[in-house]
Amino acid sequence: MPEEPKSYSPDSIEKIDDVALDLQNDLPSQQEIEDEDKRSASRKAVTESYWSLVRHQFKKNRIAVIALYTVYFLFAIAIFADVLANDKPLYASYKGTVYFPVFKQYLADLSISRWSPDLVMADWKELEKSGDVKSAIWPPIRYAESDEDLANTLAAPSSDHLFGTDGIGRDVLAGMIHGSRIALSIGFVSMFFALFIGILLGALAGFYGGWVDIVISRLIEAILTLPLFFLIITIVAMVQQGSIWLIMVIIGLTGWTGIARFTRSEFLRVRNLDFVSAATALGFKDARIVFRHVLPNSLAPVLVSAAFGIAAAILTEAGLSFLGFGVPPTVVTWGSLLNDARNDIHAWWLAVFPGFAIFLAVVSYNLVGDGLRDALDPRLRD
Amino acid sequence: MQLAPGDPAELKAGVGSEGGQRGNQQLNEQMINQIRAQWHLDKPMWYWSIFTDDKDTNGMLKPLGERFTFRWNGAANQYQLWMVDLLKGDFGNSFQDQRPVLDKIGERVPITLTLALISEILAFVIAVPIGIYSAQKQRVNSKLDKSVSTTLFILYSLPVMWLGTMLIIFFGGGDFFAWFPNNGLHGNDYPYPTWWQNTGDLMWHIVLPIFCYTYSSFAFLSRQMRGSMLEVIRQDYIRTARAKGLSEKIVVYKHALRNSLIPIITIMAGSLPALIGGSFIVETIFSIPGLGQLDFNAIIARDFPLIRGVFVITAVLTLVGILISDIVYSLIDPRIAFTKRGT
Repeated sequence: MPEEPKSYSPDSIEKIDDVALDLQNDLPSQQEIEDEDKRSASRKAVTESYWSLVRHQFKKNRIAVIALYTVYFLFAIAIFADVLANDKPLYASYKGTVYFPVFKQYLADLSISRWSPDLVMADWKELEKSGDVKSAIWPPIRYAESDEDLANTLAAPSSDHLFGTDGIGRDVLAGMIHGSRIALSIGFVSMFFALFIGILLGALAGFYGGWVDIVISRLIEAILTLPLFFLIITIVAMVQQGSIWLIMVIIGLTGWTGIARFTRSEFLRVRNLDFVSAATALGFKDARIVFRHVLPNSLAPVLVSAAFGIAAAILTEAGLSFLGFGVPPTVVTWGSLLNDARNDIHAWWLAVFPGFAIFLAVVSYNLVGDGLRDALDPRLRD
Repeated sequence: MQLAPGDPAELKAGVGSEGGQRGNQQLNEQMINQIRAQWHLDKPMWYWSIFTDDKDTNGMLKPLGERFTFRWNGAANQYQLWMVDLLKGDFGNSFQDQRPVLDKIGERVPITLTLALISEILAFVIAVPIGIYSAQKQRVNSKLDKSVSTTLFILYSLPVMWLGTMLIIFFGGGDFFAWFPNNGLHGNDYPYPTWWQNTGDLMWHIVLPIFCYTYSSFAFLSRQMRGSMLEVIRQDYIRTARAKGLSEKIVVYKHALRNSLIPIITIMAGSLPALIGGSFIVETIFSIPGLGQLDFNAIIARDFPLIRGVFVITAVLTLVGILISDIVYSLIDPRIAFTKRGT
């Protein structure tokens, strides 16, 4: 028969003290914390297999894969915009000297290199016509986005301007190629702001619960009931017109609610799992538990929300530019090109092509988000 | 607010515009200042201001911490003045024509709400059958189901500004078809002698805008409806219903449909902010005299009381929509009650 613990004798209290001391000695030393880190590194192997499972599931969805390639394609266009559409040649031999004007312009913009005085404002097309430029390799589109061709305003698509020109003779295709930079940067930067705020507040609410959760949840609900487009337009109208950064910040500041909700619910789920209790028992600080243990395990649904958020941000910016409240008038964006179509209903090319670009970007981010959601959903796995 | 291009006071005095009074500079200045004071534009916007000044008096760059100056403005700021008026129920007067903001908004609200309501009902009427159809047992994950749901998703992602502009250019009297009018709610000869002609004219005018309003929420609702049906079909009580030998028709329409409609009600209310937000672009494209167009013109004219008023009203409308959905929710779902149920 097992001995009854003598719970009240001073003797046993001493023993408990010993145990407590032992426990204290068991608190993680520096060495042990490092060990723990190694263990979490080995846990990465498990995480990788999780993500390879997700990737496998994602690849089964053909439409989502096509959408992902479209996203890559748009990225490539944004990165190589200067090489694809430029009023300077890629390579030119001018008066016996070899130039790479597109790339030299980069260096000149960074004040590393300098144009010779006769070439600072040079029109390379004129130079080629006059015969000073012996040989040149041009980008596929020989116009920059701000090149005004006043002889060809509102020109229909032709071999000269593939997608036509706008009201002041700017090439629509060149504008679309350079506009992809604005669209993507607005999508990503504003989503970065939104992710920062959303994850921070969602993590606080989900991890601590209690009144922190109540306050943050009510804040999210309050923002969710606002008509967001009216809110954004009101802020843009009230503050200041004409800055891409302002648009990014405003979209980011108003678009974090979905992310916060997902993060919160994931945190509520994950914080009760055994490994979090283990981390708490090991005496780790809250910040360490949140960032090293809970967050990496709650990011998946946030990614879905971020993909949809990028699409929404691109759409919002296009809407603002379409109404004429977005970026300054000198900046060409997809939305501002579409806006030009409203002024002349005969210029169908101003509506069809830039609008399709907006549609393509929005739909591919949405489809990627949708595919990701399906891939992460364990109920849909077979 | 003072940073915004186009000072409303200058616009009012006619200085900013072409052909404004340029003669008496001093008088102009006096007038503008008077208007500014009257509209509180001479006061700061918010309770505090932060100034940035990165160079000191010698033109040298200051250290980062000293570049920002904080100033407490106290209660005499535009926000406080507006808020106090608002709590008294006074939305202020429009800068443009001095009419009360609430009157101007009141004229526009019914138009926007009617259009939103028509499109919600239309979307619901089309979405529910499609949702039921693609959620039927034998059709789930069939080729047709997949292509329908992909099409719906693409439709949902279609930007309304693109579709609206395309509709006007291709069907609203551009170089292609002139089937529908492209602006306003009434023809040039309005009002017509008979009620029928008036209604027909109105219908003809709202075809394109209603289409723009509807397609996106319809696509969204159909997808939700399908998901909701699939969720309900898996439940035990559906299996019970089938097991006791009810026909598939009764199972689907009586047991599954009613229960799957419950989440749809919330989703419809939840899409209200998006719908009212969408009205901004649709109304601007089709020149419909609704809330969105009012706001658009107010922003162009820098009519701050009107801009703020429209925003408050849209927020209130959204809240009312959500409240209605909550009430409907409790009516159709016996599990939800706002009061404690007696035993």
